[in-house]
Amino acid sequence: MFQKEKLDKIKESFKAYDEKVAETIKKRPERKEVFESGSGAVVNRLYTPADIEDFDYETDLGMPGSYPYTRGVQPTMYRGRFWTMRMYAGFATAEESNKRYKYLIEQGSMGLSVAFDLPTQIGYDSDHPLAEGEVGKVGVAIDSLADMEILFDGIPLDKVSTSMTINAPASVLLAMYIAVAEKQGVTPDKLRGTIQNDILKEYIARGTYIFPTEASMRLITNIFEYCSKEVPQWNTISISGYHIREAGSTAAQEVGFTLADGIAYVEAAIKAGLDVDTFAPRLSFFFNAHNDILEEVAKYRAARRLWARIMKERFGAKKPKSMALKFHTQTGGSTLTAQQPENNIVRVAIQTLAAVLGGTQSLHTNSKDEALALPTEDSVRVALRTQQIVAYESGVADTVDPLAGSYYIEAKTKEIEEEAMKYIKKIDELGGAPKAIDMGYIQQEIMDAAYNYQRDIETGKRIIVGMNKFKIEEEPPKGLLKVDPSVGELQKKKIQELKAKRDNEQVKEKLEALRGACQGDENLMPYILDAVRAYATLGEICGVMREVFGEYQQSVQL
Amino acid sequence: MDRPIRVLVAKPGLDGHDRGAKVIARALRDAGMEVIYTGLRQTPEQIVSAAIQEDVDCVAMSILSGAHNTLLPKVVELLKAENAEDILVIGGGVIPDDDIPFLKEKGIAEVFTPGTPTSVTIDFIKANVKRK
Repeated sequence: MFQKEKLDKIKESFKAYDEKVAETIKKRPERKEVFESGSGAVVNRLYTPADIEDFDYETDLGMPGSYPYTRGVQPTMYRGRFWTMRMYAGFATAEESNKRYKYLIEQGSMGLSVAFDLPTQIGYDSDHPLAEGEVGKVGVAIDSLADMEILFDGIPLDKVSTSMTINAPASVLLAMYIAVAEKQGVTPDKLRGTIQNDILKEYIARGTYIFPTEASMRLITNIFEYCSKEVPQWNTISISGYHIREAGSTAAQEVGFTLADGIAYVEAAIKAGLDVDTFAPRLSFFFNAHNDILEEVAKYRAARRLWARIMKERFGAKKPKSMALKFHTQTGGSTLTAQQPENNIVRVAIQTLAAVLGGTQSLHTNSKDEALALPTEDSVRVALRTQQIVAYESGVADTVDPLAGSYYIEAKTKEIEEEAMKYIKKIDELGGAPKAIDMGYIQQEIMDAAYNYQRDIETGKRIIVGMNKFKIEEEPPKGLLKVDPSVGELQKKKIQELKAKRDNEQVKEKLEALRGACQGDENLMPYILDAVRAYATLGEICGVMREVFGEYQQSVQL
Repeated sequence: MDRPIRVLVAKPGLDGHDRGAKVIARALRDAGMEVIYTGLRQTPEQIVSAAIQEDVDCVAMSILSGAHNTLLPKVVELLKAENAEDILVIGGGVIPDDDIPFLKEKGIAEVFTPGTPTSVTIDFIKANVKRK
């Protein structure tokens, strides 16, 4: 890109600048001795062409919509249409969540994003003893197809795209979604959406696992295979760095560990006999957006470029769509403060810019009150408006990849790509992501980063406005969302009624058929779908799989 | 010489976000305490049995799922039933201010909400454990 003589000249004048700066600093020191990015990487005073001297436009960037996709996965990006504004929501009962979804659609939300409560995420019915106190708290309680029918009542499933944050029991919830669509007269090939379905990051960072690694990988590849034939527009996995970052990782670790998980899924699917180009176009990713806009933009660009190279060079993918990394973004929950919660609106706006400048395909913005409780309707609206203001008023969506060519952005993109690649190599040496997780390597790396971050806050090295600087006396916030504790009782009653009403013989039969399939090596999706249609509960279906597969045991280390 | 303060750091309920629990566990350890971390998905019964078995001075629970009003008081009750009410019980996580008076009434000595420096928790434990 750069002529050698010109580069030499720049290097010379940089040297002169550096010497001059040294003089200036003696008189007037800079604010800090070392400047660090949001995730702790050293930031130089100035970036010049010399920082990207090997930069080659064609191989490093190319055009948007083509390999290596650094500048985005679509040729026109947001000039064609905006990212999907997808607000993550769900609480209490299916009835209440259904009301919230209708409200969000009315307010201009373009896709639904379903939050399930913890018992649902871990495959327990609401009447299980371990579900006590948890029903309907962090999301909606779904015990059977009957709940799912209420959840999507009056929402035409051929018109919306739905993302479901569900992992260990993803196959069951997907089956319920397909069954609801059937009842609406919508065939599976019309369904659009995503199931998170990323179990590896559950072992690493989020904790809602059920089965041991191997059984989980089988369920995931079963879904890949089933959907490639029956639900072709469905994104079968959202390989998630979000939770890895929330657990305390750096930006480069987020990319490295997430893509290493991605590699594990691709390898598992290939091992199960699938052709890479049949399932790879339906893989999608999920990243976090923290406050350091520039580092985050570089992170998304690095992730796209690295994945494209991995798919092409390592897996021999042929289809362009297999190489293009599409991703959903959520603003960083852990960056929100319980102190002066209004400030969180500003943080979310900054993070929204990061995601959009980085080329996200869909975005969930957090609400200001989320360090305190689940968001209220009002606070969710402000969060959604934040996206709309960035989309319609800021102008950043009018040209593709506007920060490209910035010396800092390109140098940082390269730096994150290289650092992420180092983690991937290390994980390869350990035998792949599932092994590295079983050994606790990934968890340990994240834990160290999280601890350093906390230390930096407590020593004042890292400033969090309103928390460790610019503090004020505050009244406790009012009007937080409270989930009615009677939800648990209500759900229990619904399950009793369901069990009295349904054909229990048929349920038993379908569950036994599923058991048999689990013991063999057939694709489990059709069996799960049959059980769901007969109104077997989530807990019953996962219970059968628990009995056959066993449960994952976490390795705890500090 | 006194033995170091022993703390059980626990994650009650189904919530899997353990960043806070692990950070606090490490901070307590760096402050010279002996720390036992239970790992995820502990029932109140499991937490109490671990606390007694490990002969701890303090049980520190981290919870973000909103089930705190159910699970934290239950741990205090079960400790009482085991005649172990001298064990200091503290909680932390996403817990609305409104719920804190209720939790304190139920015997949770202190509740640390997001943004609390680990030093505050450490000092609180040091000042409030009833050494055996």
